[in-house]
Amino acid sequence: MAEEKKGFSHDTIERNTLLLIVLILITVSIGGLVQIVPLFTIESTIEKVDGVRPYSPLELAGQNIYYREGCYNCHSQQIRPFRDEVERYGHYSLAAESMYDHPFQWGSKRTGPDLARVGGKYSNDWQVAHLADPRAVVPESIMPGYAWMKDRPLKYTDIQDHMKTLRIVGVPYTDEQIASAKADLEAQKNPDADTAGLMKRYPKAVVANFTGNKGVTEMDALVAYLQVLGTMVDFTKYQSPKQLQQ
Amino acid sequence: MAQKEKDALSGVETTGHEWDGLRELNNPLPKWWLYIFYVCIAWSLVYYVLYPAWPLGKSYTKGLLGYSQREELVQKVADGKKAQEKYLTAIAATSVEDIQKNKDLLAFAMAGGRSYFNENCAACHGAGGQGAKGFPTLADDVWLWGGTTADIYKTIQHGIRADDGDTRGTVGIGMTAFGRDGILNREQIGQVAEYVLSLNKRSTDAAAAEKGKTVYDENCAACHGDSAQGSVAVGMDVGAPPLVTANWLYGGDKATLVETITNGRAGVMPAWSKRLDDATVKSLAVYVHNLGGGK
Repeated sequence: MAEEKKGFSHDTIERNTLLLIVLILITVSIGGLVQIVPLFTIESTIEKVDGVRPYSPLELAGQNIYYREGCYNCHSQQIRPFRDEVERYGHYSLAAESMYDHPFQWGSKRTGPDLARVGGKYSNDWQVAHLADPRAVVPESIMPGYAWMKDRPLKYTDIQDHMKTLRIVGVPYTDEQIASAKADLEAQKNPDADTAGLMKRYPKAVVANFTGNKGVTEMDALVAYLQVLGTMVDFTKYQSPKQLQQ
Repeated sequence: MAQKEKDALSGVETTGHEWDGLRELNNPLPKWWLYIFYVCIAWSLVYYVLYPAWPLGKSYTKGLLGYSQREELVQKVADGKKAQEKYLTAIAATSVEDIQKNKDLLAFAMAGGRSYFNENCAACHGAGGQGAKGFPTLADDVWLWGGTTADIYKTIQHGIRADDGDTRGTVGIGMTAFGRDGILNREQIGQVAEYVLSLNKRSTDAAAAEKGKTVYDENCAACHGDSAQGSVAVGMDVGAPPLVTANWLYGGDKATLVETITNGRAGVMPAWSKRLDDATVKSLAVYVHNLGGGK
Protein backbone atom coordinates (compact mmCIF):
# COMPACT_ATOMS: atom_id res chain seq x y z
CA MET A 1 0.00 0.00 0.00
CA ALA A 2 2.69 2.40 1.04
CA GLU A 3 3.20 5.22 -1.33
CA GLU A 4 6.83 6.10 -0.96
CA LYS A 5 7.50 9.39 0.76
CA LYS A 6 10.71 11.01 1.77
CA GLY A 7 11.60 11.48 5.43
CA PHE A 8 8.56 10.63 7.62
CA SER A 9 7.64 7.46 5.85
CA HIS A 10 6.45 3.99 6.56
CA ASP A 11 9.98 2.94 5.95
CA THR A 12 11.47 5.34 8.50
CA ILE A 13 8.94 4.35 11.18
CA GLU A 14 9.38 0.66 10.70
CA ARG A 15 13.14 0.90 10.92
CA ASN A 16 13.22 3.10 14.02
CA THR A 17 11.93 1.16 17.01
CA LEU A 18 11.90 4.09 19.41
CA LEU A 19 9.91 6.26 17.01
CA LEU A 20 7.55 3.34 16.41
CA ILE A 21 6.95 2.91 20.16
CA VAL A 22 6.32 6.61 20.69
CA LEU A 23 3.86 6.78 17.81
CA ILE A 24 2.04 3.66 19.02
CA LEU A 25 1.72 5.16 22.50
CA ILE A 26 0.32 8.40 21.09
CA THR A 27 -2.20 6.55 18.93
CA VAL A 28 -3.37 4.27 21.73
CA SER A 29 -3.67 7.09 24.25
CA ILE A 30 -5.94 9.04 21.92
CA GLY A 31 -8.34 6.12 22.02
CA GLY A 32 -8.04 5.91 25.80
CA LEU A 33 -8.38 9.63 26.43
CA VAL A 34 -11.47 9.95 24.25
CA GLN A 35 -13.16 7.16 26.19
CA ILE A 36 -11.96 7.91 29.72
CA VAL A 37 -11.58 11.67 30.12
CA PRO A 38 -15.23 12.59 29.42
CA LEU A 39 -16.29 10.35 32.32
CA PHE A 40 -14.59 12.78 34.67
CA THR A 41 -16.67 15.68 33.41
CA ILE A 42 -20.05 14.44 32.12
CA GLU A 43 -22.78 15.14 34.68
CA SER A 44 -24.38 11.70 34.70
CA THR A 45 -21.13 9.99 35.66
CA ILE A 46 -20.12 12.38 38.45
CA GLU A 47 -23.62 12.99 39.81
CA LYS A 48 -23.61 13.70 43.55
CA VAL A 49 -26.11 11.61 45.49
CA ASP A 50 -27.24 12.07 49.10
CA GLY A 51 -26.53 9.31 51.56
CA VAL A 52 -23.48 7.61 50.06
CA ARG A 53 -20.83 7.31 52.74
CA PRO A 54 -17.53 5.48 53.14
CA TYR A 55 -17.85 1.97 54.57
CA SER A 56 -17.68 1.51 58.32
CA PRO A 57 -14.58 -0.36 59.53
CA LEU A 58 -16.49 -3.64 59.93
CA GLU A 59 -18.13 -3.27 56.51
CA LEU A 60 -14.74 -2.45 55.02
CA ALA A 61 -13.23 -5.58 56.53
CA GLY A 62 -16.17 -7.51 55.11
CA GLN A 63 -15.63 -5.98 51.70
CA ASN A 64 -12.00 -7.12 51.80
CA ILE A 65 -13.22 -10.65 52.50
CA TYR A 66 -15.66 -10.32 49.61
CA TYR A 67 -12.70 -9.43 47.38
CA ARG A 68 -10.52 -12.15 48.87
CA GLU A 69 -13.07 -14.89 48.31
CA GLY A 70 -13.73 -13.74 44.76
CA CYS A 71 -17.46 -13.26 45.25
CA TYR A 72 -17.34 -11.03 42.16
CA ASN A 73 -16.68 -14.11 40.07
CA CYS A 74 -20.34 -15.02 40.38
CA HIS A 75 -22.08 -11.90 41.70
CA SER A 76 -22.26 -8.49 40.08
CA GLN A 77 -23.10 -5.32 41.97
CA GLN A 78 -24.69 -3.29 39.26
CA ILE A 79 -28.37 -3.08 38.44
CA ARG A 80 -28.62 -2.06 34.83
CA PRO A 81 -31.33 0.32 33.63
CA PHE A 82 -33.59 -2.33 32.11
CA ARG A 83 -37.14 -3.09 33.13
CA ASP A 84 -36.50 -6.73 34.04
CA GLU A 85 -33.58 -5.80 36.27
CA VAL A 86 -35.29 -2.86 37.91
CA GLU A 87 -38.42 -4.88 38.67
CA ARG A 88 -36.35 -7.67 40.12
CA TYR A 89 -33.62 -5.87 42.04
CA GLY A 90 -34.84 -2.30 42.54
CA HIS A 91 -33.64 1.09 41.31
CA TYR A 92 -30.79 0.90 38.80
CA SER A 93 -27.35 1.48 40.27
CA LEU A 94 -25.96 5.00 40.26
CA ALA A 95 -22.28 5.65 39.65
CA ALA A 96 -22.04 7.43 42.99
CA GLU A 97 -23.14 4.33 44.88
CA SER A 98 -19.87 2.60 44.13
CA MET A 99 -17.60 5.62 44.35
CA TYR A 100 -15.95 4.36 47.54
CA ASP A 101 -15.39 0.83 46.21
CA HIS A 102 -11.76 0.21 45.36
CA PRO A 103 -11.96 -1.73 43.15
CA PHE A 104 -15.62 -1.40 42.14
CA GLN A 105 -17.66 -4.60 41.93
CA TRP A 106 -19.94 -3.89 38.96
CA GLY A 107 -19.11 -6.98 36.99
CA SER A 108 -20.90 -8.60 34.10
CA LYS A 109 -20.85 -12.21 35.29
CA ARG A 110 -23.91 -13.43 37.11
CA THR A 111 -23.86 -17.03 38.15
CA GLY A 112 -25.60 -15.89 41.32
CA PRO A 113 -27.94 -12.93 41.59
CA ASP A 114 -26.87 -9.30 41.55
CA LEU A 115 -26.02 -8.07 45.04
CA ALA A 116 -26.12 -4.30 44.54
CA ARG A 117 -29.27 -4.01 46.71
CA VAL A 118 -29.12 -7.15 48.79
CA GLY A 119 -28.75 -5.11 51.99
CA GLY A 120 -31.79 -5.63 54.24
CA LYS A 121 -33.42 -8.01 51.77
CA TYR A 122 -32.84 -10.99 54.06
CA SER A 123 -32.31 -11.23 57.81
CA ASN A 124 -28.86 -11.43 59.40
CA ASP A 125 -29.66 -14.99 60.47
CA TRP A 126 -30.41 -15.92 56.90
CA GLN A 127 -27.17 -14.43 55.63
CA VAL A 128 -25.19 -16.40 58.19
CA ALA A 129 -27.10 -19.64 57.60
CA HIS A 130 -26.87 -19.23 53.85
CA LEU A 131 -23.15 -18.38 53.75
CA ALA A 132 -22.37 -21.30 56.04
CA ASP A 133 -24.38 -23.79 54.02
CA PRO A 134 -26.26 -22.37 51.04
CA ARG A 135 -28.20 -25.57 50.40
CA ALA A 136 -29.57 -25.61 53.94
CA VAL A 137 -31.86 -22.74 52.96
CA VAL A 138 -31.81 -22.77 49.15
CA PRO A 139 -31.75 -26.44 48.06
CA GLU A 140 -31.20 -25.58 44.39
CA SER A 141 -28.19 -23.34 45.08
CA ILE A 142 -24.78 -24.10 43.57
CA MET A 143 -22.90 -21.59 45.73
CA PRO A 144 -19.98 -22.92 47.76
CA GLY A 145 -20.35 -22.91 51.55
CA TYR A 146 -18.22 -20.76 53.81
CA ALA A 147 -18.91 -22.37 57.16
CA TRP A 148 -15.34 -21.92 58.37
CA MET A 149 -15.75 -18.17 58.17
CA LYS A 150 -18.14 -18.31 61.10
CA ASP A 151 -15.38 -19.28 63.51
CA ARG A 152 -12.41 -17.64 61.90
CA PRO A 153 -11.42 -14.56 63.91
CA LEU A 154 -11.30 -11.38 61.86
CA LYS A 155 -7.84 -9.83 61.65
CA TYR A 156 -8.38 -6.15 62.07
CA THR A 157 -5.22 -4.85 63.68
CA ASP A 158 -4.48 -3.16 60.36
CA ILE A 159 -7.93 -1.71 59.75
CA GLN A 160 -6.65 1.84 60.20
CA ASP A 161 -4.00 1.23 57.54
CA HIS A 162 -6.70 0.11 55.13
CA MET A 163 -8.64 3.30 55.81
CA LYS A 164 -5.56 5.50 55.45
CA THR A 165 -4.72 3.83 52.16
CA LEU A 166 -8.24 4.35 50.86
CA ARG A 167 -7.97 8.00 51.90
CA ILE A 168 -4.98 8.36 49.58
CA VAL A 169 -7.13 7.23 46.65
CA GLY A 170 -9.94 9.60 47.56
CA VAL A 171 -12.23 7.99 50.13
CA PRO A 172 -12.93 10.84 52.57
CA TYR A 173 -12.25 9.08 55.88
CA THR A 174 -11.82 11.73 58.59
CA ASP A 175 -9.09 11.65 61.24
CA GLU A 176 -11.86 10.97 63.76
CA GLN A 177 -13.10 7.98 61.78
CA ILE A 178 -9.63 6.54 61.52
CA ALA A 179 -8.87 7.17 65.19
CA SER A 180 -12.03 5.36 66.33
CA ALA A 181 -11.83 2.59 63.74
CA LYS A 182 -11.18 -0.29 66.10
CA ALA A 183 -13.80 0.82 68.60
CA ASP A 184 -16.32 1.30 65.79
CA LEU A 185 -15.53 -2.09 64.34
CA GLU A 186 -16.13 -3.83 67.65
CA ALA A 187 -19.22 -1.76 68.45
CA GLN A 188 -20.95 -2.68 65.18
CA LYS A 189 -20.83 -6.34 66.17
CA ASN A 190 -22.16 -5.71 69.67
CA PRO A 191 -25.82 -4.64 70.01
CA ASP A 192 -25.24 -3.79 73.67
CA ALA A 193 -22.38 -1.39 72.94
CA ASP A 194 -22.71 2.38 72.84
CA THR A 195 -23.20 2.80 69.11
CA ALA A 196 -24.12 6.51 69.07
CA GLY A 197 -20.69 7.49 67.73
CA LEU A 198 -20.71 4.68 65.19
CA MET A 199 -24.16 5.59 63.88
CA LYS A 200 -23.21 9.25 63.63
CA ARG A 201 -20.09 8.47 61.67
CA TYR A 202 -21.71 5.74 59.57
CA PRO A 203 -25.50 6.26 59.26
CA LYS A 204 -27.56 3.17 58.38
CA ALA A 205 -24.83 0.78 59.53
CA VAL A 206 -26.40 -2.50 60.63
CA VAL A 207 -25.44 -3.26 64.24
CA ALA A 208 -25.87 -6.86 65.36
CA ASN A 209 -24.10 -9.87 66.72
CA PHE A 210 -24.38 -11.51 63.35
CA THR A 211 -22.92 -14.91 64.16
CA GLY A 212 -23.63 -15.00 67.89
CA ASN A 213 -19.94 -15.65 68.51
CA LYS A 214 -18.05 -13.76 71.17
CA GLY A 215 -15.18 -12.33 69.14
CA VAL A 216 -15.50 -10.63 65.76
CA THR A 217 -15.35 -13.26 63.03
CA GLU A 218 -14.92 -12.95 59.30
CA MET A 219 -18.55 -13.91 58.86
CA ASP A 220 -19.61 -10.95 61.04
CA ALA A 221 -17.69 -8.58 58.82
CA LEU A 222 -18.97 -10.07 55.57
CA VAL A 223 -22.63 -9.98 56.68
CA ALA A 224 -22.24 -6.39 57.94
CA TYR A 225 -20.97 -5.50 54.47
CA LEU A 226 -23.73 -7.38 52.62
CA GLN A 227 -26.41 -5.80 54.78
CA VAL A 228 -25.41 -2.25 53.84
CA LEU A 229 -25.20 -2.85 50.09
CA GLY A 230 -27.54 -0.56 48.20
CA THR A 231 -29.20 0.83 51.32
CA MET A 232 -27.35 4.12 51.60
CA VAL A 233 -29.37 6.12 49.08
CA ASP A 234 -33.01 6.83 49.94
CA PHE A 235 -34.70 6.33 46.58
CA THR A 236 -38.00 7.69 47.79
CA LYS A 237 -36.21 11.04 47.85
CA TYR A 238 -33.85 10.55 44.93
CA GLN A 239 -34.72 12.49 41.83
CA SER A 240 -32.63 12.03 38.74
CA PRO A 241 -31.58 15.55 37.70
CA LYS A 242 -33.45 16.86 34.66
CA GLN A 243 -30.43 16.92 32.38
CA LEU A 244 -29.78 13.27 33.20
CA GLN A 245 -33.29 12.14 32.43
CA GLN A 246 -32.90 13.52 28.94
CA MET B 1 15.52 -0.03 -1.39
CA ALA B 2 12.38 1.92 -1.60
CA GLN B 3 11.63 1.67 -5.26
CA LYS B 4 8.70 -0.17 -6.75
CA GLU B 5 9.40 -3.40 -8.42
CA LYS B 6 7.42 -6.34 -9.62
CA ASP B 7 7.94 -9.73 -8.23
CA ALA B 8 9.18 -11.84 -11.07
CA LEU B 9 7.36 -14.99 -10.06
CA SER B 10 3.83 -13.70 -9.34
CA GLY B 11 3.94 -10.49 -11.32
CA VAL B 12 2.60 -8.58 -8.30
CA GLU B 13 4.04 -5.27 -7.26
CA THR B 14 6.02 -5.38 -4.02
CA THR B 15 5.81 -2.88 -1.17
CA GLY B 16 9.47 -2.15 -1.54
CA HIS B 17 10.20 -3.37 1.98
CA GLU B 18 12.93 -5.92 2.29
CA TRP B 19 13.91 -8.05 5.25
CA ASP B 20 16.95 -10.16 4.83
CA GLY B 21 16.22 -10.59 1.18
CA LEU B 22 12.50 -11.32 1.67
CA ARG B 23 10.11 -8.93 -0.01
CA GLU B 24 6.46 -8.28 0.70
CA LEU B 25 3.89 -8.46 -2.08
CA ASN B 26 1.57 -5.50 -2.28
CA ASN B 27 -1.63 -7.45 -2.90
CA PRO B 28 -4.79 -5.35 -2.73
CA LEU B 29 -7.15 -5.88 0.23
CA PRO B 30 -10.00 -8.28 -0.50
CA LYS B 31 -12.91 -6.34 -1.96
CA TRP B 32 -15.49 -7.71 0.48
CA TRP B 33 -13.31 -6.59 3.40
CA LEU B 34 -12.73 -3.16 1.95
CA TYR B 35 -16.42 -2.49 1.27
CA ILE B 36 -17.46 -3.62 4.76
CA PHE B 37 -14.85 -1.26 6.12
CA TYR B 38 -16.33 1.66 4.14
CA VAL B 39 -19.86 0.70 5.21
CA CYS B 40 -18.75 0.72 8.86
CA ILE B 41 -17.35 4.21 8.47
CA ALA B 42 -20.55 5.39 6.84
CA TRP B 43 -22.61 3.68 9.55
CA SER B 44 -20.65 5.42 12.29
CA LEU B 45 -21.29 8.81 10.69
CA VAL B 46 -25.03 8.11 10.65
CA TYR B 47 -24.80 6.88 14.24
CA TYR B 48 -23.02 10.08 15.37
CA VAL B 49 -25.88 12.11 13.99
CA LEU B 50 -28.75 10.00 15.38
CA TYR B 51 -27.45 8.77 18.73
CA PRO B 52 -25.55 10.23 21.71
CA ALA B 53 -21.93 10.13 20.66
CA TRP B 54 -19.45 12.89 21.35
CA PRO B 55 -18.50 14.24 24.75
CA LEU B 56 -18.78 18.00 25.16
CA GLY B 57 -17.34 18.78 28.57
CA LYS B 58 -20.20 18.41 31.05
CA SER B 59 -22.61 17.17 28.45
CA TYR B 60 -22.51 15.25 25.19
CA THR B 61 -24.12 15.34 21.76
CA LYS B 62 -27.63 13.97 22.24
CA GLY B 63 -28.26 12.90 18.66
CA LEU B 64 -31.37 13.58 16.58
CA LEU B 65 -33.30 10.63 18.04
CA GLY B 66 -32.66 11.88 21.59
CA TYR B 67 -32.13 8.34 22.81
CA SER B 68 -31.56 7.89 26.54
CA GLN B 69 -31.37 4.56 28.28
CA ARG B 70 -32.83 5.99 31.49
CA GLU B 71 -35.73 7.53 29.59
CA GLU B 72 -36.36 4.32 27.73
CA LEU B 73 -36.46 2.49 31.05
CA VAL B 74 -38.99 4.92 32.52
CA GLN B 75 -41.10 4.43 29.41
CA LYS B 76 -40.88 0.64 29.50
CA VAL B 77 -41.75 0.46 33.19
CA ALA B 78 -44.69 2.78 32.55
CA ASP B 79 -45.83 0.65 29.59
CA GLY B 80 -45.60 -2.47 31.70
CA LYS B 81 -47.58 -0.88 34.50
CA LYS B 82 -50.16 0.36 32.04
CA ALA B 83 -50.68 -3.09 30.60
CA GLN B 84 -51.41 -4.36 34.11
CA GLU B 85 -53.09 -1.20 35.34
CA LYS B 86 -56.60 -2.63 35.38
CA TYR B 87 -55.54 -5.32 37.83
CA LEU B 88 -52.93 -3.40 39.80
CA THR B 89 -55.26 -0.55 40.69
CA ALA B 90 -58.02 -3.00 41.53
CA ILE B 91 -55.70 -4.99 43.78
CA ALA B 92 -54.41 -1.85 45.48
CA ALA B 93 -57.99 -0.74 46.12
CA THR B 94 -59.32 -4.10 47.28
CA SER B 95 -58.82 -5.70 50.65
CA VAL B 96 -56.84 -8.93 50.68
CA GLU B 97 -59.94 -10.89 51.70
CA ASP B 98 -61.93 -9.54 48.77
CA ILE B 99 -59.12 -10.30 46.34
CA GLN B 100 -59.54 -13.94 47.35
CA LYS B 101 -63.22 -13.80 46.42
CA ASN B 102 -62.71 -12.16 43.02
CA LYS B 103 -61.74 -14.81 40.50
CA ASP B 104 -59.93 -12.46 38.07
CA LEU B 105 -58.01 -10.61 40.72
CA LEU B 106 -57.10 -13.84 42.46
CA ALA B 107 -55.66 -15.30 39.25
CA PHE B 108 -53.63 -12.16 38.64
CA ALA B 109 -52.43 -11.92 42.24
CA MET B 110 -51.41 -15.57 42.26
CA ALA B 111 -49.40 -15.23 39.04
CA GLY B 112 -47.69 -12.03 40.18
CA GLY B 113 -47.32 -13.29 43.72
CA ARG B 114 -45.56 -16.37 42.47
CA SER B 115 -42.88 -14.33 40.66
CA TYR B 116 -42.35 -12.03 43.58
CA PHE B 117 -42.31 -14.92 46.01
CA ASN B 118 -39.60 -16.70 44.05
CA GLU B 119 -37.46 -13.58 43.90
CA ASN B 120 -37.94 -12.27 47.42
CA CYS B 121 -39.31 -14.92 49.76
CA ALA B 122 -38.06 -18.27 48.47
CA ALA B 123 -34.50 -17.69 49.69
CA CYS B 124 -35.70 -18.16 53.28
CA HIS B 125 -39.05 -19.90 53.01
CA GLY B 126 -38.21 -22.20 50.09
CA ALA B 127 -39.56 -22.21 46.56
CA GLY B 128 -42.67 -24.10 47.64
CA GLY B 129 -42.95 -22.43 51.03
CA GLN B 130 -41.46 -25.52 52.66
CA GLY B 131 -39.28 -23.42 54.98
CA ALA B 132 -35.89 -24.22 56.45
CA LYS B 133 -34.39 -24.36 59.92
CA GLY B 134 -35.28 -21.04 61.51
CA PHE B 135 -37.48 -19.99 58.59
CA PRO B 136 -41.12 -21.05 59.00
CA THR B 137 -42.93 -23.30 56.61
CA LEU B 138 -45.68 -21.39 54.82
CA ALA B 139 -47.36 -24.39 53.26
CA ASP B 140 -48.74 -25.87 56.49
CA ASP B 141 -51.36 -24.69 58.98
CA VAL B 142 -48.98 -23.69 61.79
CA TRP B 143 -48.73 -19.90 61.93
CA LEU B 144 -46.56 -17.97 64.37
CA TRP B 145 -48.14 -14.61 63.61
CA GLY B 146 -51.53 -15.64 62.30
CA GLY B 147 -52.56 -17.38 59.12
CA THR B 148 -55.44 -15.33 57.82
CA THR B 149 -54.78 -13.35 54.66
CA ALA B 150 -54.93 -10.14 56.71
CA ASP B 151 -52.37 -11.50 59.18
CA ILE B 152 -50.04 -12.56 56.39
CA TYR B 153 -50.48 -9.20 54.67
CA LYS B 154 -49.53 -7.38 57.87
CA THR B 155 -46.52 -9.62 58.45
CA ILE B 156 -45.17 -9.10 54.93
CA GLN B 157 -45.76 -5.36 55.11
CA HIS B 158 -44.06 -4.70 58.41
CA GLY B 159 -41.86 -7.71 58.93
CA ILE B 160 -41.02 -9.42 62.18
CA ARG B 161 -38.71 -7.70 64.68
CA ALA B 162 -37.76 -5.52 61.73
CA ASP B 163 -36.73 -1.93 61.29
CA ASP B 164 -40.31 -0.71 60.92
CA GLY B 165 -42.50 1.19 63.35
CA ASP B 166 -45.40 -1.27 63.01
CA THR B 167 -43.32 -4.40 62.93
CA ARG B 168 -44.61 -7.55 64.63
CA GLY B 169 -42.91 -8.51 67.87
CA THR B 170 -40.24 -6.29 69.41
CA VAL B 171 -36.95 -5.51 67.71
CA GLY B 172 -34.13 -7.49 69.26
CA ILE B 173 -36.44 -9.35 71.64
CA GLY B 174 -37.59 -12.87 71.04
CA MET B 175 -37.75 -15.94 73.19
CA THR B 176 -35.93 -15.46 76.49
CA ALA B 177 -32.51 -17.09 76.83
CA PHE B 178 -33.51 -19.02 79.95
CA GLY B 179 -30.11 -20.66 80.37
CA ARG B 180 -27.79 -17.89 79.31
CA ASP B 181 -29.65 -15.32 81.40
CA GLY B 182 -29.57 -17.59 84.45
CA ILE B 183 -33.35 -17.95 84.83
CA LEU B 184 -33.32 -21.74 84.70
CA ASN B 185 -30.51 -24.07 85.67
CA ARG B 186 -29.36 -26.95 83.49
CA GLU B 187 -31.45 -29.48 85.38
CA GLN B 188 -34.62 -27.43 84.93
CA ILE B 189 -33.88 -26.95 81.25
CA GLY B 190 -33.49 -30.68 80.81
CA GLN B 191 -36.77 -31.26 82.65
CA VAL B 192 -38.77 -28.75 80.64
CA ALA B 193 -37.29 -30.15 77.42
CA GLU B 194 -38.53 -33.59 78.51
CA TYR B 195 -41.95 -32.10 79.20
CA VAL B 196 -42.05 -30.58 75.70
CA LEU B 197 -41.07 -33.98 74.28
CA SER B 198 -43.84 -35.59 76.34
CA LEU B 199 -46.37 -33.32 74.65
CA ASN B 200 -45.66 -35.30 71.50
CA LYS B 201 -45.36 -38.59 73.37
CA ARG B 202 -41.63 -38.65 72.75
CA SER B 203 -40.38 -38.31 76.33
CA THR B 204 -38.11 -41.05 77.64
CA ASP B 205 -37.97 -39.79 81.23
CA ALA B 206 -41.47 -39.53 82.72
CA ALA B 207 -40.22 -38.28 86.11
CA ALA B 208 -38.27 -35.40 84.56
CA ALA B 209 -41.20 -34.54 82.31
CA GLU B 210 -43.47 -34.42 85.34
CA LYS B 211 -41.15 -31.91 87.04
CA GLY B 212 -40.77 -30.09 83.72
CA LYS B 213 -44.49 -29.34 83.68
CA THR B 214 -44.08 -27.07 86.70
CA VAL B 215 -41.17 -25.30 85.05
CA TYR B 216 -43.26 -24.95 81.90
CA ASP B 217 -46.25 -23.51 83.70
CA GLU B 218 -44.13 -20.94 85.48
CA ASN B 219 -41.89 -19.88 82.60
CA CYS B 220 -43.24 -20.91 79.23
CA ALA B 221 -47.03 -20.94 79.41
CA ALA B 222 -47.27 -17.14 79.33
CA CYS B 223 -46.33 -17.10 75.64
CA HIS B 224 -46.77 -20.68 74.43
CA GLY B 225 -50.12 -21.11 76.19
CA ASP B 226 -51.27 -23.38 79.02
CA SER B 227 -51.65 -26.33 76.72
CA ALA B 228 -48.72 -25.31 74.48
CA GLN B 229 -51.07 -24.34 71.70
CA GLY B 230 -48.92 -21.35 70.66
CA SER B 231 -49.29 -17.60 71.00
CA VAL B 232 -51.70 -17.21 68.11
CA ALA B 233 -54.20 -19.52 69.82
CA VAL B 234 -53.95 -17.58 73.09
CA GLY B 235 -54.31 -14.27 71.29
CA MET B 236 -50.82 -12.90 71.83
CA ASP B 237 -48.70 -11.25 69.17
CA VAL B 238 -45.30 -12.64 70.16
CA GLY B 239 -44.72 -15.40 67.62
CA ALA B 240 -44.39 -18.27 70.11
CA PRO B 241 -44.96 -21.49 68.14
CA PRO B 242 -47.28 -24.26 69.29
CA LEU B 243 -45.36 -27.13 70.86
CA VAL B 244 -47.95 -29.84 70.29
CA THR B 245 -47.49 -30.22 66.56
CA ALA B 246 -44.99 -32.18 64.53
CA ASN B 247 -43.72 -28.95 62.98
CA TRP B 248 -40.54 -27.55 64.48
CA LEU B 249 -39.04 -24.24 63.47
CA TYR B 250 -35.55 -24.97 64.80
CA GLY B 251 -35.83 -28.69 65.48
CA GLY B 252 -37.79 -30.84 67.92
CA ASP B 253 -35.09 -33.22 69.15
CA LYS B 254 -33.97 -32.86 72.74
CA ALA B 255 -30.56 -31.32 71.95
CA THR B 256 -32.15 -28.58 69.86
CA LEU B 257 -34.86 -27.97 72.46
CA VAL B 258 -32.19 -27.54 75.14
CA GLU B 259 -30.26 -25.21 72.85
CA THR B 260 -33.39 -23.17 72.16
CA ILE B 261 -34.37 -22.94 75.82
CA THR B 262 -30.80 -22.05 76.82
CA ASN B 263 -30.08 -19.34 74.26
CA GLY B 264 -33.53 -18.21 73.20
CA ARG B 265 -34.58 -17.46 69.63
CA ALA B 266 -35.47 -14.27 67.83
CA GLY B 267 -36.09 -14.75 64.13
CA VAL B 268 -36.24 -11.66 61.98
CA MET B 269 -38.15 -11.01 58.78
CA PRO B 270 -37.58 -7.77 56.83
CA ALA B 271 -40.42 -5.27 56.35
CA TRP B 272 -41.29 -5.58 52.68
CA SER B 273 -43.40 -2.46 52.31
CA LYS B 274 -40.10 -0.61 52.08
CA ARG B 275 -39.04 -2.60 49.04
CA LEU B 276 -42.25 -3.59 47.27
CA ASP B 277 -45.36 -1.60 46.45
CA ASP B 278 -48.72 -2.30 48.04
CA ALA B 279 -50.23 -4.25 45.14
CA THR B 280 -47.20 -6.54 45.19
CA VAL B 281 -47.38 -7.10 48.94
CA LYS B 282 -51.09 -7.89 48.65
CA SER B 283 -50.42 -10.32 45.81
CA LEU B 284 -47.79 -12.00 47.97
CA ALA B 285 -50.18 -12.26 50.91
CA VAL B 286 -52.78 -13.94 48.71
CA TYR B 287 -50.17 -16.24 47.17
CA VAL B 288 -48.78 -17.30 50.56
CA HIS B 289 -52.28 -17.83 51.92
CA ASN B 290 -52.93 -20.20 49.03
CA LEU B 291 -49.72 -22.19 49.43
CA GLY B 292 -51.77 -24.67 51.37
CA GLY B 293 -52.03 -23.61 54.98
CA GLY B 294 -54.00 -20.37 54.95
CA LYS B 295 -56.65 -20.00 57.63
